[in-house]
Amino acid sequence: MDFINAIIVLLNYTIIPALTYGSQLALGAIFVTLIYGILRFANFATGDMMSFGTMFAVLLTYYFQSLGINLGIFPTALITIPLATFMMILYMLSIDKFVFEYYRIKKSPPVQLAMVSVGVMFVTQAIIRIIIGPADRTFLDGEKFILKASEFKEITGLNEGLTIKSTQAITIVITMIAVSIMFWFLNKTKTGTSMRAYSDNEDLALLSGIDPKKVVLITWIIAGILATIGGVLYGLDKSYRPFVYFNNMLPIFAAAIVGGIGNPFGAFLGGYVIAFAEIFLTYAYKKFFTYILPEALEPNSMMQILSTDYKFAVSFSILVIVLLFRPSGIFKGKTL
Amino acid sequence: MKQYLNVITAYLIMFTLIILVGIFQSWSLALTILNYCLISAVMTIGANIQWGYAGLINFGIMGYTALGGLAVVLVSVAPVGEAWSVGGLNMMICLGVIIGIVFSIRLTLKKIAKSKKRNYLITAIIIIGILLLRLISAPAIESIEAVEPAKTGFLGGLGLPVLFSWIAGAFLAGGLAFVVGKVALGLRADYLAIATLLIAEIVVSIIKHEDWLARGVKNVIGLKRPAPYEINLQQSPWFIDLIEKFHSGKLALINSVSEKQDVLNQLVIDASSVYVKLCFTGLFLTVVIILLIVTQKALYSPWGRMMRAIRDNEEAAGAMGKNVVKQHLLIFILGSAIVGIAGAMMVTNDGLFTPGSYRPMRYTFVIWVMVIVGGTGNNFGAILGGFVVWFLWVEAAPIALFFINLFTAHLPETNEIRVHLINSAPYFRFLVIGTALLVIMRFRPQGILPEKIIKN
Repeated sequence: MDFINAIIVLLNYTIIPALTYGSQLALGAIFVTLIYGILRFANFATGDMMSFGTMFAVLLTYYFQSLGINLGIFPTALITIPLATFMMILYMLSIDKFVFEYYRIKKSPPVQLAMVSVGVMFVTQAIIRIIIGPADRTFLDGEKFILKASEFKEITGLNEGLTIKSTQAITIVITMIAVSIMFWFLNKTKTGTSMRAYSDNEDLALLSGIDPKKVVLITWIIAGILATIGGVLYGLDKSYRPFVYFNNMLPIFAAAIVGGIGNPFGAFLGGYVIAFAEIFLTYAYKKFFTYILPEALEPNSMMQILSTDYKFAVSFSILVIVLLFRPSGIFKGKTL
Repeated sequence: MKQYLNVITAYLIMFTLIILVGIFQSWSLALTILNYCLISAVMTIGANIQWGYAGLINFGIMGYTALGGLAVVLVSVAPVGEAWSVGGLNMMICLGVIIGIVFSIRLTLKKIAKSKKRNYLITAIIIIGILLLRLISAPAIESIEAVEPAKTGFLGGLGLPVLFSWIAGAFLAGGLAFVVGKVALGLRADYLAIATLLIAEIVVSIIKHEDWLARGVKNVIGLKRPAPYEINLQQSPWFIDLIEKFHSGKLALINSVSEKQDVLNQLVIDASSVYVKLCFTGLFLTVVIILLIVTQKALYSPWGRMMRAIRDNEEAAGAMGKNVVKQHLLIFILGSAIVGIAGAMMVTNDGLFTPGSYRPMRYTFVIWVMVIVGGTGNNFGAILGGFVVWFLWVEAAPIALFFINLFTAHLPETNEIRVHLINSAPYFRFLVIGTALLVIMRFRPQGILPEKIIKN
């Protein structure tokens, strides 16, 4: 019995939150990796682009709520995702047209494009703050919990409760759907194959008649979809605050590089690696050990490897270690 | 003379703008802007050495700035005796343990050939070391933080004059740069950017959360300054006499004695803050000028030529027998040390150390915009960039407010759009900075004052 209780503790406080957070990071990391692999630059505007898409979802949610439209037990934000994604893609394409295209045609070095993306980051941040302001906003409605701790205890008769928030379930399910569709697209369709070819060897791809304009367009569209979904899911799960999105860019980068930048599957797993590491290393295991150890051995400290203050620092340290020992990432991305 | 014409014009325009702020807003504000411009200039000199001379992209400026700030606390604050007596010994042992870890790792790297066994050994050393550190430091940290938590709760510093901390800041930042450089300099440019950005975040989060070191997010206030305090100035007779003489014409017009005294008091209060800021300006200007002379000399020395050669073609420079790795590391340390000085200067100027305020936006990306806008590879350009961008950063909000009012003048006061826009005026600074960067990158990628190659 104690053993099951211990497992429930782990599930409730580490595994489910880590899966949720990991899914959100994974979506962002695939976004970074796609841009890096196909457009060939590190996009420092990642966090703010995700924030931009989410902003539309938040505004539309408020608008729909004022009209009385909702999805019942599901959050209203889900119906706003397609519209928000559309706005996001429009924004990305116009940024590409007015800013990035020039450097791409000139074949500027990646550093210059990264620098330009810093400019885009500033501008995007300004637009977001001018439109919606820097405040913290929650836009979650509908049913908050799928399973409450008290219900779980009643059903199973265990000491420990298991809570599953609806946002956690939605996040994991939607991520799985979105990512599977994306991988299917990349691996099985002709356009997807041409994108991978373009990413592997640009000259050879151009030689075999792949239209670079189309590849770039599709890349931005996929990136826009992933960025908006990732942003909205994160906002639903926590809350929407522009500054936090900017900060999230850092663990997202870490996830993309750890997984092997330029490799979408690596980025997907990298997100979970980062999330699990962050949560496992900063969780206080006291409760867990009181269940599995005999009474004589019970710990009296918190059994925490690192204070939760260092949550972000954990992911960055992993990145540094990976860069040191396996610079191309766990799943062999582009070489450095 | 003619070749320096654009430099002189650019600087003249910049100083006119600052003087205009003095006339239209206030002299105190103008001097504050000028001081921050000078601090930014030091940062841009540091960043320009790395990016302009050597082509190294360092997005970790925030980390080095924070370390410079930390140096001010560690050097100038008086030591907290009680904290030292309860936990000082343990913390010193910890320092010893860290040094031990580093040396034993170095030894293993040297003595044992590259193999799986070596990796396991190093991992074991690190894990045992960290466990040891936790064991020794945990009780000490607790008792240090319990010493008057509202006022101290940290070890304090050395109690030395604050100017020493500028040098200490340079050494701290340089030391970090040595470690980072060893780890990350082999990476490709954009990876280096990301790695340095994240390492800077780690540094700042350590400073933020290790309360025993510098009180963390509880901030350290009332730091020493190298300039007199306003309150002392307002009471010293020589200063009051000086102000009286300076404003004698204006004061002579007032007849009543008590009124004259009131006006004089007000003038003294205003002037004291201006005087203090002028003292800081003098100090900062000295630093900027010294750094400018040194970096200019370095740029046009054989060493500078070698750096540019390495930047422009690493392989060729390597083939000519130049040690690219070593030079990269050296310049990475030098540039970061200069940024460390700037960080210390900034904390000295503010008189308080607030680890919570170190954010990559303000301390990394804005500095980079300064270097790119000003002119990479040209020290005069980098400094000008510091001035221009800082000026824009501060004055963007008032200017935006002016334009918002101009364009919405026909709307009623309570119009929602107008109210919303007026409330979001501060955020226009991001727009201005971002647009400036994009425009410069597109139409004048070499910056306002481009790099000059002197051939003789």
